[in-house]
Amino acid sequence: MSVQTEMLKVGAGGQPLTRKRESLWADAWRRLMRNKAAVMGGVIVILLILAALLAPFIAPKPFAEQVLVDNNKVPDWVLAVFSNMKPYAQISNDYFLGADYVGRDLLSRIIFGARISLSVAFIGPIISLLIGVVFGSVSGYFGGRVDNLMMRVVDVLYAFPTLLFIILLMAFFRSTFAKPDPGSFAYGMSQLDSRMGGMLFIFMGIGLTAWETMARLTRGQVLSVREKEYIEAARTIGAGHGRIMFRHILPNIVGPLVVNETLTIPAYISFEAFLSFIGLGVNPPTPSWGAMISDGSRVIRTYPNQAVFPALALAITMFAFNFLGDGLRDALDPRLRGTQ
Amino acid sequence: MGRYIVRRLLWMLVVLFAVSAITFLLMHTVPGGPFDREKALPPEIIDNLNKRYHLDQPLVVQYASYVYDVLIPKFSSIVPGLSLQDDALINIRVGDHLWLKWMNFGPSYASRTRTVNDIFRQQLPVSGQLGLMAITFAILLGIPLGILSALKQNTLWDYLGMSVAIFGVSVPVIVLGPILVWIFGVSLKWLPPTGWGAKPPYLLGFLPSSIGPEYFKYAVMPVVALGLVNSAVIARLTRASLLQVIREDYIRTARAKGLAERTVITRHALKNSLIPVATILGPLFAALVTGTFVAELIFGIPGMGRYFVTSITNRDYPVIMGTILLYAMLLVMANLLVDIMYAFLDPRIRYT
Repeated sequence: MSVQTEMLKVGAGGQPLTRKRESLWADAWRRLMRNKAAVMGGVIVILLILAALLAPFIAPKPFAEQVLVDNNKVPDWVLAVFSNMKPYAQISNDYFLGADYVGRDLLSRIIFGARISLSVAFIGPIISLLIGVVFGSVSGYFGGRVDNLMMRVVDVLYAFPTLLFIILLMAFFRSTFAKPDPGSFAYGMSQLDSRMGGMLFIFMGIGLTAWETMARLTRGQVLSVREKEYIEAARTIGAGHGRIMFRHILPNIVGPLVVNETLTIPAYISFEAFLSFIGLGVNPPTPSWGAMISDGSRVIRTYPNQAVFPALALAITMFAFNFLGDGLRDALDPRLRGTQ
Repeated sequence: MGRYIVRRLLWMLVVLFAVSAITFLLMHTVPGGPFDREKALPPEIIDNLNKRYHLDQPLVVQYASYVYDVLIPKFSSIVPGLSLQDDALINIRVGDHLWLKWMNFGPSYASRTRTVNDIFRQQLPVSGQLGLMAITFAILLGIPLGILSALKQNTLWDYLGMSVAIFGVSVPVIVLGPILVWIFGVSLKWLPPTGWGAKPPYLLGFLPSSIGPEYFKYAVMPVVALGLVNSAVIARLTRASLLQVIREDYIRTARAKGLAERTVITRHALKNSLIPVATILGPLFAALVTGTFVAELIFGIPGMGRYFVTSITNRDYPVIMGTILLYAMLLVMANLLVDIMYAFLDPRIRYT
């Protein structure tokens, strides 16, 4: 529908009604740019990526530096906003958003925290896309008994209460690889994980639980494309399974899959935040917004700024990704506008 | 339809078996046992404890006896609640001194006086109340919001409705929770920041025995925080579905034969547009069920949430198993109910 109105607009402007042919992507890009909310979301996401990449340069202090004498100190403007702290709060304008319970700079921790949320936002979907697409396309392409068996596996995983399962998995990873002998596989894993501040296990936990929806979606797409004439044509000229899958099927279905995955990014971000909130996420002192909200919630009666600021950072990020995801979906597939 | 339901029920049983086996295996491969303490217990005591809880037996035997205890209903003459070994979730009185007992989830290793079923009886009702209120709130807010947005498409109402929906999906419970606590609990002091307004005993096993303003004061923040996300999902779906239905031929027919706009909307459009909304109640229920965990931890509500998290750190095997199994059971049941409901709502769908 929107394409038609566009044509009319062009016509009314006096320009020729036939436009020069545009590729799918150029067309989608134009539609995306016209969506103000999506552009704003995109700008925020880019700023966040820059903040995460340049964190060591823009953060005023190192994220783990503790100045115990400055614990719970707040600057003047924060005190003006959170006026209930006036009777007891100690003032220090060294910390733009205040300091936490061991005297670490909140602002620096929030900036470094963007690294955690963003890496989950990008790597989580990639893992689930990889597992889900491979699983779903094999299942849909071969069909029959293979399909039946593989989909039953997905059914079983679907019955798991995801959050409970991921909590169990995290506990499993954390303690299985806890103090292994040097040189073993487990030791390598735990070394890698602590190098990454606890992120590896988060990726594994999310990756192992989040791919089922993607697998179902891929399977459905493959099933519908599989019977098309051009696949049959490819088969008659002797193309192998691999070639048909990678050259003919996947390129045709990857659009909707990626769009769907973009829409789930906020879910991954809040998953990580929750895991860190309950202490199963990143290792301290790695700053994660979820862990900061958890620390801040403990003192929310006395120092609300310590929970509210990381919460706002998380909310803004979620807004940005939601707007961008919605915009991408509308741009790539205008028929879906306003659904889901 | 009957055959379909039977087949689904059988498949459900298989799924639950798989869930229980995976959980059992995963939880026993985690290093450390339920009796590890900061100050290690003497090995003799650990041996005795293991023997008492049958942890010295092979895993297969342990699993089989667990499944036997949970799955097979048994007759017993012991009054329910008197014996820790014989404590079942469902007790049906069949004679003067005879009960039919079903679903014995076993003892809790962390407590000498409580069974898993004791924990379920005391904590599950709180989670249930929270979940039910949140889902009611989500439906009562989401559906009207979606309808309003669709009927007044591209007006201020539509933008307002969809902004609420975007707000809902962008502000997860762990963000909204602390902010609500800070505004209404700490600054304005209108609502208690933590806790829950009902205590056992519960009516019918899960309803609060007295509901007053005090009860709702405790409930309002967690219910709003938890329900808002889901009302956003419902609102978006209702709007999309109604927009689609309004363009159908039969709506044009209804208008053409001169029906009042109100009749067209309520009798013809709404009824059909709510069918897809009914189908997401299954996944929605799943999201809410686990969502109550998050809300409970943030608002300090004595539901299943904290018990589950601590049971994992304590390696309290029966509590871990019982909770995951019970929630999985709820999930598959909810999905089955939604599928059956779908067939009733939409006569075009026939399951075989």
